[in-house]
Amino acid sequence: MSMPLECYLVVSTLLFFIGVYGFIVRKSLISILMSIELILNAVNINFVAFNRFLYPDQLEGFIYSLFVIVIAAAETAVAISIIINVYRAKKNIDVKSINQLKN
Amino acid sequence: MEALISSIQPFAPYVLLLPFLMFIFLGLTSFRISGKTAGIIGTAGFSIVAIICYYIAIQYFFNGGEVDGVYQPITLFNLEWLRISDTLVISIGFYLDPISAMMLIVISTVSLMVHIYSFGYMFEHGHYDEGMQRYYAVLSLFSFAMLGLVLGTNIFQTYIFWELVGVSSFLLIGYYYTKPAAVSACKKAFIVTRFADMFFLIGILILSYYTQTFDFNTLNADNAALVHEKMSDIMLCGLPLTSVAMFLIFLGGAGKSAMFPFHIWLPDAMEGPTPSSALIHAATMVVAGVYLVARLFPIYSFEAPNVLDTIAYIGAFTALFSAVIACAQTDIKRVLAFSTISQIAYMMVALGVARIGEGEASLGYTASMWHLFTHAMFKAMLFLCCGCIIHCVESNEMSKMGGLWKYMKLTCICFAIGCLAIAGIPPFSGFFSKGEILSACFENGYTAIYICMTFVAGLTAFYMFRLFYHIFFYEDPDYGQHKPHDQDWKMSLPLIVFAVYTCICGFFKFGDLVTADLSAIEIHTNWTVEGISLTVAAIGIAIATVFYYKKNNIPATIMSKCSGFCHAASRRFYIDEVWYYITRSIIFKIICNAIAWFDRHIIDGFMNLLGWITNEVSDDTKDVQDGNVQSYAWIFIMGVIIITALTLYL
Repeated sequence: MSMPLECYLVVSTLLFFIGVYGFIVRKSLISILMSIELILNAVNINFVAFNRFLYPDQLEGFIYSLFVIVIAAAETAVAISIIINVYRAKKNIDVKSINQLKN
Repeated sequence: MEALISSIQPFAPYVLLLPFLMFIFLGLTSFRISGKTAGIIGTAGFSIVAIICYYIAIQYFFNGGEVDGVYQPITLFNLEWLRISDTLVISIGFYLDPISAMMLIVISTVSLMVHIYSFGYMFEHGHYDEGMQRYYAVLSLFSFAMLGLVLGTNIFQTYIFWELVGVSSFLLIGYYYTKPAAVSACKKAFIVTRFADMFFLIGILILSYYTQTFDFNTLNADNAALVHEKMSDIMLCGLPLTSVAMFLIFLGGAGKSAMFPFHIWLPDAMEGPTPSSALIHAATMVVAGVYLVARLFPIYSFEAPNVLDTIAYIGAFTALFSAVIACAQTDIKRVLAFSTISQIAYMMVALGVARIGEGEASLGYTASMWHLFTHAMFKAMLFLCCGCIIHCVESNEMSKMGGLWKYMKLTCICFAIGCLAIAGIPPFSGFFSKGEILSACFENGYTAIYICMTFVAGLTAFYMFRLFYHIFFYEDPDYGQHKPHDQDWKMSLPLIVFAVYTCICGFFKFGDLVTADLSAIEIHTNWTVEGISLTVAAIGIAIATVFYYKKNNIPATIMSKCSGFCHAASRRFYIDEVWYYITRSIIFKIICNAIAWFDRHIIDGFMNLLGWITNEVSDDTKDVQDGNVQSYAWIFIMGVIIITALTLYL
């Protein structure tokens, strides 16, 4: 019980904005995927921390973070397979090159 | 009274229903029937209508319409059609009073005779005309519309049927639609009358806006008390509003009744088949304007007497003007057309000099209606005679005719009766009715109009007998193999019927039946007036006899003396050209071009500007939607940050 809630929130905020920054700036699909993971994990930290500090006798926050982890895993599987297909088709995974639906 | 209503009420709806069904059956159902069958159906249907009309009118006049010496207006039925406010209701009904009963007789007689006559007229070169079914369909439509017009219980019903007679007139003038002259004539008739009807509609709107009613009974009740109460102290541009409204309504009537300067359509309307000219452009439709003024007469008389004066002067001018033109025309139907205009102007004058009141004041009203009645009969007869002649000679030009007395005795006698009647020679009907009109002008103190109308009576006698001699005597042209001859019974019977009417209806006691205040007046002959008009007519006939009985060169000598005037008269004093100039050079060129420029550049330009702005803006902003998820995310995040910041710090 040494660290206060604010420390957790600071970490999660940092993680969130690093994720957002990566999502917007990076060109590689893999990096974007990783950034999304960062955002999700920032949310997870929030869930767990709030649950721990505000409602210590309840478990909803933990359960939700487990859900998020499961969904993130599934999402990563789908995203990776899409990225592999993109790579097969275009020989690169630059996000700018995926513009077949344009025009 | 109740006995009268119960005896005629069951038949009343059929007066309107039967011709309408006839029109639907002949005109709008898609199957084609032979011309002969169509004619038989149309004629049979209309004879039933005619019998009902006669029955209703006779019952009304002689068997109970009169209570304590006053004819009671009766509304036999009144179906509500459109309710605008509590009192403002448009309905379709059957209004029976002396003038509508009289019009029932006129319309049913002339229309039935024309139905019969057309059988003969449309039969040429051994077969019936191809458009026979269409012709009878439109005749039925016209009869329906005209009956609806005169039986209207409210001014809006009259207006609706007014437009319907305009349409059927348009269709009949344009019956020979392969002839360019007929096509342009029918357009001209329609446009000119529509133009006048615009004023009529404005008049109706003003009147009904202030009085909150369309109903004739309410409007005319108690010497137009309602109009007096609601409108008498309102002024419009320095003129009393009532006068403006009533004058606008009269202008509508002037369009249909071919008063100057709206008369230009009627002579051209002669391009239609002659029987339909007899029905529409001589006997019934063209008197609708006179009927309208008579219908609203209490309002005119009590609230707008200055408009009645104007009507009288316009009528007198029109009568003189068209009589002069009639003297110079060479197409026999055109002569009759101008004489129709002139005679209708007589009726207008008579209404214009009349007032509701004691003594001789209301004589003009009776005289006008009487002249309407007699004129319908003898003018229809004259037209039908012309039809017989045109049927034989196959031309409208006087120069192709002459000496027909030897070949067409019956037609000649009927034509002579018609000419004598219109010239005002006793004992034919025109003498009595025209004499009463002149007496009304004289005794109500309109001396200038009286002198003018007497002069016109002389001109009338002159041009009618010029026509008569040109057709039946004068000089024999070469008729070749086909000698003209009298027509069979279908074309002769109507002539005889009309001739009988023309001979006897001067002796009707019209003053007992049709009067302005619905109670009988005493008509006594003013022998001075009658004597003068008779003398003038005799002089007219005598001059015509000298000029045209045998071919001689007196007319040519006189015409060369004043060739400018004669030429102008034969070109109808260039009124058509004036109208063309006004429409083409002023309305089309100046006003319409300006409006078209405004439309193209301002209205369209504004719309184009809107389109251009939208186009440019979307062109500039379309790059935002570049399909790149990262830039969307960027915008989204920035948005969230801004909104958050605003919520936190404001």
